[in-house]
Amino acid sequence: MPNIIAVVCASYGLAQSVCDGEDLPARAERFFRSDHTNNWAVLVCTSRFWFNYRHVANTLSVYRSVKRLGIPDSHIVLMLADDMACNHRNPKPATVFSHKNMELNVYGDDVEVDYRGYEVTVENFLRVLTGRLPPSTPRSKRLLSDDHSNILIYLTGHGGNGFLKFQDSEEISNVELADAFEQMWQKRRYNELLFIIDTCQGASMYERFYSPNLMALASSQVGEDSLSHQPDLAIGVHLMDRYTFYLLEFLEDIHPASQANMNDLFKVCPKSQCVSTPGHRTDLFQRDPGSVLITDFFGSVRKVEITMETINLTVPGIPLERFGGEPHTETALAYVDQLPVAQIIHQKPKQKDWHPPDGFILGLWTLILLVFFRTYGIKHLKHIF
Amino acid sequence: MTARHPRTPAPLLVIGQRFLTQLLIGQRPRRTGSLWPSFHSRWPRWKWVSFLFILPRRRRSPRPQSGMKVRPVLSDPEKQRGRSAAVAIAALVIAAGIPLWWKTTETYRAWLPAARIGELEALQLELRVEVEVVFARGTLSPEQQKKVPASRMREQTYESCCKSKSLCLVEADHALHTLTETSCGSVVIYIIPEASALLPQDMRVYVGRSRTALLRSQVASVVGAGLPEVLAALDPQMEQVLQTMSFNHQDVTAALTDRLRPGLSTRDSLADSMRAFKSSPGYEITFSLLNPDPKHHQLHWDVEAALDAYIYPLLHKMAPVANFSVDSQILYYAVLGVNPRYDASASAYTLSADSLAHVINPVEARLGSNAASSNPVLNFLLYVPDSLHSPLIIRNDQKQEVASNAFHSPRWGGIMVYNVDGAYGNDTQFPVDIAIDMSRVMGVFLSQLRLMLGFQQTGAPPGFVLEAAGREGVAEWELDRLLWSRSVENVATASASITSLAQLLDQIANIVINDNIAQQVASAVTALQAAVAELEAGNLALALEHSREAISASERAFFDPSLLHLLYFPDDQKFAIYIPLFLPMCVPILLSLLKIFREVQQHRAEKRAKRD
Repeated sequence: MPNIIAVVCASYGLAQSVCDGEDLPARAERFFRSDHTNNWAVLVCTSRFWFNYRHVANTLSVYRSVKRLGIPDSHIVLMLADDMACNHRNPKPATVFSHKNMELNVYGDDVEVDYRGYEVTVENFLRVLTGRLPPSTPRSKRLLSDDHSNILIYLTGHGGNGFLKFQDSEEISNVELADAFEQMWQKRRYNELLFIIDTCQGASMYERFYSPNLMALASSQVGEDSLSHQPDLAIGVHLMDRYTFYLLEFLEDIHPASQANMNDLFKVCPKSQCVSTPGHRTDLFQRDPGSVLITDFFGSVRKVEITMETINLTVPGIPLERFGGEPHTETALAYVDQLPVAQIIHQKPKQKDWHPPDGFILGLWTLILLVFFRTYGIKHLKHIF
Repeated sequence: MTARHPRTPAPLLVIGQRFLTQLLIGQRPRRTGSLWPSFHSRWPRWKWVSFLFILPRRRRSPRPQSGMKVRPVLSDPEKQRGRSAAVAIAALVIAAGIPLWWKTTETYRAWLPAARIGELEALQLELRVEVEVVFARGTLSPEQQKKVPASRMREQTYESCCKSKSLCLVEADHALHTLTETSCGSVVIYIIPEASALLPQDMRVYVGRSRTALLRSQVASVVGAGLPEVLAALDPQMEQVLQTMSFNHQDVTAALTDRLRPGLSTRDSLADSMRAFKSSPGYEITFSLLNPDPKHHQLHWDVEAALDAYIYPLLHKMAPVANFSVDSQILYYAVLGVNPRYDASASAYTLSADSLAHVINPVEARLGSNAASSNPVLNFLLYVPDSLHSPLIIRNDQKQEVASNAFHSPRWGGIMVYNVDGAYGNDTQFPVDIAIDMSRVMGVFLSQLRLMLGFQQTGAPPGFVLEAAGREGVAEWELDRLLWSRSVENVATASASITSLAQLLDQIANIVINDNIAQQVASAVTALQAAVAELEAGNLALALEHSREAISASERAFFDPSLLHLLYFPDDQKFAIYIPLFLPMCVPILLSLLKIFREVQQHRAEKRAKRD
């Protein structure tokens, strides 16, 4: 006879009526409907500058929803340029609004941005996904997922056919992204992965995926542009993109115990509202999308088991032995070092490799030398060298 | 002002290039003194500006008639010199330049043992368990006894003090345990006669706290039956014992889930594998006391002593498996995210099983973790309800009270609710000092910890009795079970990492493979092969050590920060870089070589025509 009764309906609203009449196999079935034990989210906004306000608002709104549905900050990797709230052009400093008339401030007091400013690069993004971070990276900047983690990845910014632009200076291609996901699969760094992208021609980014258990949604097809939703006349920029706006409206109705599934998510923002045609890709996903709950990715519903067995440690008469041996005196308590301080302080400065001067400098010096010798004649060469 | 060749132009920007081309084509400006055409030309300075706008030049010499190409007339030695200069430069570029460029743009790829890595793909694991079977007196007839090949025929009697059966068994087991030295991974089975009173009637097998098992022989000693028949009859029962004590098919497939296709593992093993943490070099265990009501309850918990007494023995035994770091904290004003419902019949607040799933998330935001390490964290929370919501009991699906008042979440940890309302009445002066009974608490946490670490509760077959581990935390055969599955898991994960890393490095031809990566890969492969050899030989402790080495080396190699393929140029971008550098240099060389070649051909044609 098993000592532990395997578990528990995750649904709350239906619980009272359903769970009374149900038997153990059906409940066990629901336990095994999705075999994930924790949830992670990687939310990336790839733009900077004031006129890309809407991308930051997009990402922060998804961040708020994901937090509301239960994923803690320690399991969210948020990458933002973070130059909106304290921008000189922001008429309401320390706020980022997602709805016109300044109804909802998504920046809030407790936003935790893990990669900010110039740290949002393609290299860091790929390092986070594949786990190849330098050993000094703190825990909050790592994606510590395991083989039973469901990961939500949300990208927004400016994109094109097969690429996504990062901070106006570099781009990530769909091939690189697909390779990164394959690296994650090789190490079983995810159980299932939901990829949402809200950029122009977003569907091109998931064309090249080839690893199992991936589901992808995009806001527009190849050749279409994703459009922004509404400007706020007081702030002066567009506040949100259409797809994310309607996605958020949909998510507002989701609570941690809701039973909405992925088919509802695919219907978000039809062409009449979005102007572009959202697309999705489920051929690599092993389960039927109709049986995948929204909270499998956006929320964090824990599987819970009642502890039926305990160990009886209260044996009378036997005194508590100290394992360590001698009793230790009251020592003053101190905080644990969170970083290897001694190592950091005594580090030598890193030797920078010498590089020969590059083309522009070389050309400039050649020009200067040529002018000099042309002016004053080649006979002065002997004075220089 | 020195005389200038009429053809060498004034503009600054084309001076060098024109000079070089003229040199190659075979036309060398003759002058005395300076190497470059002098800047002081016939035009005044202000007219230099006009060249910036690429205006047509004013010619002194009359324009030649159209259709007639004006070529400078060179003498033969000059032509010869020009040709030899061109050939010399071309030879220098090809002979010295190309090899130099090739060598300096090579990526450093340290050697990897590709052949051995290829062998890892088809890895066959053989697990061997050392079993010692001891026949007690009375199980074998004298003839069979004579044929027993074992060299140790011990005469050992033990007094059975049968006051109570269970105590007898434990004592017997302890006595037997002191007899034999069992190494890690081995099993000793004592066959006792059927009529023995040591085991109660319905119990066939008793598994003790160490690696011994008592098996009641059900084979009547038939006269004339040979030893092989006796052993063959005992085989299925012994196999059952071994499967309980060491490993069975489900355990091994669960450990190998990474490399097997899904669907092979059963539901039970899937639940077990979801609950326990994957193999990791270290774990962090955090014990937290949640006090939402410090105004009324002043809680004292002697967590250090309790950890010393109850948890550290288990962790010390698990030292070969992983490193553990334990810390504890007290959180004030931390509430559960769920409102408990008041149940008048029990006059207590209840948390139903369905609402437990939503308790963890709000609390988790308040729990800290060590920022410097990336090890998995196990959280054990002790929640003392506030005085308004005391007592708080947890109800399971059948609406029954749970004895332990605790629940756990796979791969996260456990939460126990500790009610203190019984310790004080209504009219005491708040805050009340309350000392928490740590033995009760640690009993629950210890069992949850065992589950999280991988000591699964697979049901024992009928007729088996498994002795509970009690205060030691874990029985030695349970630890052996864990070590078997961990070794197999480590070996599988390490070989998967190495093979996929080798594949990645093969695919991307211009990733730099540093020496340290090659060294890690080589040491991982060596350790893997050693681990497999030790598993075949049956040395479990050594096999685990080697497998841990293998997995840490392979993880370090796989997750090395320098292996990001983004840092290296794809081939098509290389062309974009090299063409502006090499094309302007190569075009004059190639053209001059072509010209020389054509002249030689022409010369030969003329010679042939002359001869004919």
